Amino acid sequence: MPGKLKAKIVAGRHLPVMDRASDLTDAFVEVKFGNTTFKTDVCPKSLNPQWNSEWFKFEVDDEDLQDEPLQITVLDHDTYSANDAIGKVYIDIDPLLYSEAASVISGWFPIYDTIHGIRGEINVIVKVELFNDLNRFRQSSCGVKFFCTTCIPQCYRATLVHGFVEELVVNEDPEYQWIDRIRTPRASNEARQRLISLMSGELQRKIGLKVLEMGGNAVVGYLQCFDLEGESGLVVRAIGTACTLDKLSSGSAPNTNTHMHPNTAPASNACNSPSKDGKEPVFVEDLPSSSGPPTPFRALPTSSSPPPFSPSKPCSRQSSSSDTDLSLTPKTGMGSGGSAGKEAGPLRTLLRQQTQTALEQREFPFFTLTSFPPGFLLHVGGVVSARSVKLLDRIHNPALGNTRSYKLLDWNSVTADEPETRDAWWEEIRQEIKSHARALGCHAVVGYSESTSICEEVCILSASGTAAILNPRYMREGCLDIGCTDHRFEEPSPPNCGFCHIPYDELNMPFPAQLTYCYHCRRQKVPDVLFTTIDLPSEAAVAGKGCLIQARLCRLKKKAQGEANATAISNLLPFMEYELHTQLMNKLKLRSMNALFGLHIQISVGENMLLGLASATGVYLTALPAPGGIQIAGKTPGDLSSEHISSIQKRINDTIAVNKELYQINPPKLFALDPEVFCGINMELAEEGVGSPIPEPRHRSRLFRSHSESSDELSELDLSHGKKDAFVLEIDDTDAVEDIHSLLIDAPPPTGFYSCNTENMPGISNWTSGVQMFTSVRVLRLSNANLTNQGLNKIFTDLCENLLKSFYFKLRSMIPCCLCHLNFTVAVPEEELIQVTVTAVAMTYDKEQTQEKTAEKPVNKGSLEAEEQLQFPLELCADSSSSNIQTASKISGVGESTNMSPRAASVDYGSFADRCSTWLELLRLKAHTIRRGSVKTSRRTQSLAHSVSSLERCSPLQEGRSRSLRSSRSFGGSSVTVVKMTPLSFLPGTRIIKYLGIINMFFIRETTSLREEGGVSGFLHSFIAEVFAMVRAHVAALGGNAVVSYSMKECVFMENPNKNQAQCLINVSGDAVICISETDQESSASTANTGQTGGSETDGAT
Amino acid sequence: MSVELDVFVGNTTIMDEEVYQLWLDGYTVNDAVKVRMEGGVMDECEASKDVLLSDTMDQYRTFQMCERLLHSPAKLANQLLFQIPPHRQIMLIERYYAFDDTFVREVLGKKLSKGTKKDLDDISAKTSVTLKSCRRQFDNFKRVFKVVEELKGPLVENIRQHFLLSDKLARDYAAIVFFANNRFETGKRKLQYLSFQDFAFCAGQLISNWTVGAVDNMVEDMDEHAFQTLPSLRGKTKVFIEMEGSFKNLSRGLINIAAKLTNTKDVRDFFIDLVEKFIEPCRSDRWSAADMKLYLTHYTNSAHILDTFKHQVVWDRYMGVVKSCIFKMYHD
Repeated sequence: MPGKLKAKIVAGRHLPVMDRASDLTDAFVEVKFGNTTFKTDVCPKSLNPQWNSEWFKFEVDDEDLQDEPLQITVLDHDTYSANDAIGKVYIDIDPLLYSEAASVISGWFPIYDTIHGIRGEINVIVKVELFNDLNRFRQSSCGVKFFCTTCIPQCYRATLVHGFVEELVVNEDPEYQWIDRIRTPRASNEARQRLISLMSGELQRKIGLKVLEMGGNAVVGYLQCFDLEGESGLVVRAIGTACTLDKLSSGSAPNTNTHMHPNTAPASNACNSPSKDGKEPVFVEDLPSSSGPPTPFRALPTSSSPPPFSPSKPCSRQSSSSDTDLSLTPKTGMGSGGSAGKEAGPLRTLLRQQTQTALEQREFPFFTLTSFPPGFLLHVGGVVSARSVKLLDRIHNPALGNTRSYKLLDWNSVTADEPETRDAWWEEIRQEIKSHARALGCHAVVGYSESTSICEEVCILSASGTAAILNPRYMREGCLDIGCTDHRFEEPSPPNCGFCHIPYDELNMPFPAQLTYCYHCRRQKVPDVLFTTIDLPSEAAVAGKGCLIQARLCRLKKKAQGEANATAISNLLPFMEYELHTQLMNKLKLRSMNALFGLHIQISVGENMLLGLASATGVYLTALPAPGGIQIAGKTPGDLSSEHISSIQKRINDTIAVNKELYQINPPKLFALDPEVFCGINMELAEEGVGSPIPEPRHRSRLFRSHSESSDELSELDLSHGKKDAFVLEIDDTDAVEDIHSLLIDAPPPTGFYSCNTENMPGISNWTSGVQMFTSVRVLRLSNANLTNQGLNKIFTDLCENLLKSFYFKLRSMIPCCLCHLNFTVAVPEEELIQVTVTAVAMTYDKEQTQEKTAEKPVNKGSLEAEEQLQFPLELCADSSSSNIQTASKISGVGESTNMSPRAASVDYGSFADRCSTWLELLRLKAHTIRRGSVKTSRRTQSLAHSVSSLERCSPLQEGRSRSLRSSRSFGGSSVTVVKMTPLSFLPGTRIIKYLGIINMFFIRETTSLREEGGVSGFLHSFIAEVFAMVRAHVAALGGNAVVSYSMKECVFMENPNKNQAQCLINVSGDAVICISETDQESSASTANTGQTGGSETDGAT
Repeated sequence: MSVELDVFVGNTTIMDEEVYQLWLDGYTVNDAVKVRMEGGVMDECEASKDVLLSDTMDQYRTFQMCERLLHSPAKLANQLLFQIPPHRQIMLIERYYAFDDTFVREVLGKKLSKGTKKDLDDISAKTSVTLKSCRRQFDNFKRVFKVVEELKGPLVENIRQHFLLSDKLARDYAAIVFFANNRFETGKRKLQYLSFQDFAFCAGQLISNWTVGAVDNMVEDMDEHAFQTLPSLRGKTKVFIEMEGSFKNLSRGLINIAAKLTNTKDVRDFFIDLVEKFIEPCRSDRWSAADMKLYLTHYTNSAHILDTFKHQVVWDRYMGVVKSCIFKMYHD
């Protein structure tokens, strides 16, 4: 059944001059949807045309509504020659298809041209009338909501989490079609933009269908990526987590500090589980069998996992042994906790599993979410990851170059049994991940993500996640009403340490891992180090603050073609993983922390090198044992002078001490820590050499490497240097010295700054309203051809460090502030180039409160050491609001007064955006009163400044009117809605009241006059600014005032300075939202800054 | 190894006022980095020279991109490309249109033409304002002139509305436009002692009292009819003079100036006439400012005593302006 799409073209402004003779433009607009096109009249000789067109109506299938964008083209009318295009606007109408999202799209959109950039703006109104479709064979999935946010969105509660959904569509890249040789760059770019827009729409629709099939109504953690495979085509793929979400009534909105909802709500009967179709997600089916309370000491009857090498898991084996496939797939699973391997699947569960494997064949117990409602996550095993090197071949596509017909064919699953599809590749990787998780005794993978890196015809597919055990109750219907308040576990694992307890079987561990009793509850075992890809659970007990930890690595490789190249790469991968892991571990120790969250390892392939970048947020979990120090040892006593070694050792120890201070890591000394505090006490070991210097190895970390092609054996790579302790750094050659130096080179952020790459900064929660999202790109040209690995490493490390330093400097006016969600992406666009792209947000916080905390610690510490006070860490993070002000007064003398003035200044600037939106309200009011006098149409979104400019040319203004105009201007007449952007799922100080839909935009920009546009930097600078502007305009047109979970998925930059040309592709996504300032703020938070934020209480309530 | 590309783009456009000023003053990136280093920014946030260079380049690029918008400040408020908080927008505009008094003093009264623009390097050398900054300021004058030229209504108000300038700055621009339009002679050696602010004040007086309120026909608006009657005074004042000889000359001077105002070409010499005919004689007689004030007040009022004098209103209008101009101009 169709829907009706209506569009109206209102006006244009700031159009470019298209007619040199008159310095004016004769503009008209073409509105196109599908194959239907409408035109407006020509508005002659105006740079600010008023078309005020009729409503153009398109009657279309809702399937098309989901796939197609509305395409608006602004042209300059030319009587004698072809009309010149000024630019285009693509409007994704998907947000209009949900019942509760936006109802109208209306506002000013930048007119975008792929060659010239933004050229003026156009005011458009779009509406959709949708007729309900009850046809069960329908191919549209209107009404399924999509969220980029990787947690349960604010103002919703999850009644059911169904599980993993994935889909990919392929097509030929228009850039590589023969026609590209004869068409203009503009036509080629537009064809590409349009195609990707179509493919994203189609992908979203297909995922939506899968969700409906599962009985869900939303996709959370939606991650869409595209692979530009060049000659072999274009792949758009997406993964997400299907959920059933219920909208919370605005009255029961949760407070903002925990941007997750207590998931205690009763299950709605809104969705009936379509269990008959046999595609029920894993947990719904299998968890009844594990009805007994899960005990963490025994490997959970992970019914979701088939025995590792049962014939029921043929997928990865088959495809990798096929001749056409390049069988070089080192998939490495990395888990700090290690794996139980084959032993993990106890025999007793074998039978039942086999019966279920048929069901599970296509299902993956994966979740793209990174933070969860309290009680959802029971235990975390560790990071699991898999990589696979593939040779790209032309994608088998029965209908090349025509998505429409392709889609139909695909729907009939013509391609489904084609073994060479990208589907099969990913399937293989996911199976790998699944088996790694099983090896860790876990039945699920959370914080799951997938990525690729392509260079010429070689492609590295990567997937990673965190093995975990989830609370089955969230998987099943009807159980939620019991909620987490009730008899959830008999095992009384407290929420702030429970997730650290090992999920795997202690007795069956194939390696000697160092387990200790949990430092919190003393009841269950915990590993000594925990690596995860998820966010720090809000209930976790943490000491001090977190910090960004990065491992960076460059490896040269020989240039090669085809299989030889792929072999070389796959041979290098495990070494890179190993080294990155070692670096991470050492840096973690150096900061005296014991857990990593948000770990993301990216390996990027170039023609002659591989780049590896691992980012994570280090934190000190009080439930885990205190980390040991780092020992320096010479290979043989005679190797290097012991003085030299001890001087390095001293530097390291000093650094650790400084870092402890810096990150305020003063863990409560709960129990007598036998030989735990051994940081640097074993100095004499330096001379003892390799043998077995440390009595009990403190750390084990492992990296599993499976050669799926050679055998079905898991060949294991022990990351812990055999029997040696991982913390012993051996100095056997100059390289090792270099390594240690590079370890120490990471400068801590300057005072007033913290950094992390997760959603929430461990140790800071008292955000103020200052928010600054930014994107930075840096490309380095390696001029020296004969670089060593060491030299490259240094260059790469310096590049990343300098970027961070730049950020600190640029954002110094926001101090005290924290850089959150620092997302680094590396690429090797050309042989000698290294590109690093960073997107992050700087947020200000209230320093006083954190000072209270720090002041509190030393005060309490004294007493703590005497009496073992278990409760203390709980208090510390559970209710920071109650941190007493009396302690603050103790340090107030110097610290406060010196810190006051910069803070006041920065808060002032930060809260500025809030204020200006209140002004906006005020201005709108004024605009109305002004317009009453004039004959202008009074549309809500019509800007004040515009009405002003139309009055400008009027001769003598009446005194009164001109005065009122002027005064409103001097208020700062911004008529443009302020749109905040953040990569996080929340905006501090505000509450999201409505999600308006997903923003997913793809732009290409090209230039043939690079020098004139200010070189590559000028070109990219303006392009990124334009992309921001277009995102903001779309959000504002939807009625929103912020973008959350914003990310720049892709930033592909190519240049040819000799030809004076450059091209750039950018893909961004996020959730458009309306947020309002938090009015019911806790009284404790109302310290100094409420006066400043108070002025913004009504902002955004448009 | 070299940095090929380096950009930083914030959702809210980040601008450092100090760097903006350096950019406006025409510093090159490298010079600006030097100035900033000397200014001690390096100590903040442990910045290195590279960081400073990268930051300065970024900001310069941003300003260059903004410059187009600053040419029509009304656009800045409703453009979508940069998200700039309103108070920053005001700062950007105000600073962009700010000018150096020494520079404007040189071009005051000159035709804002290409010819003048070619001479800017000389002016730059003379005033030690960088050429880049001179060009910006000159282009600003020209732009403002071009826009208000075609508009009716009060000059200051028009400038303020179209360029969103502060009251003070709008008044200064009005003076510049007024001088450029009437091509007042200001460059003579005898006038060198006068600052731009002196002239701006006089221009303000002239605009508010001698023009009807539109710029496009300012000269006609200087009420020719009224001034044409003034020569008739010439004879009558003689009767009045009971003062010394110099007074006679002064009086004649003032009245001659008034008479000349009817002729467009002679209007240009208004200021030089004032100086030559009145201020210099007074100065040579070592009059104090108070003496001058006393004289002019009495001189103005004395016309009222004259029964036969029928042009009281015009006389007041003329003398009011002349009086305040002379007060302002009477200094060393």
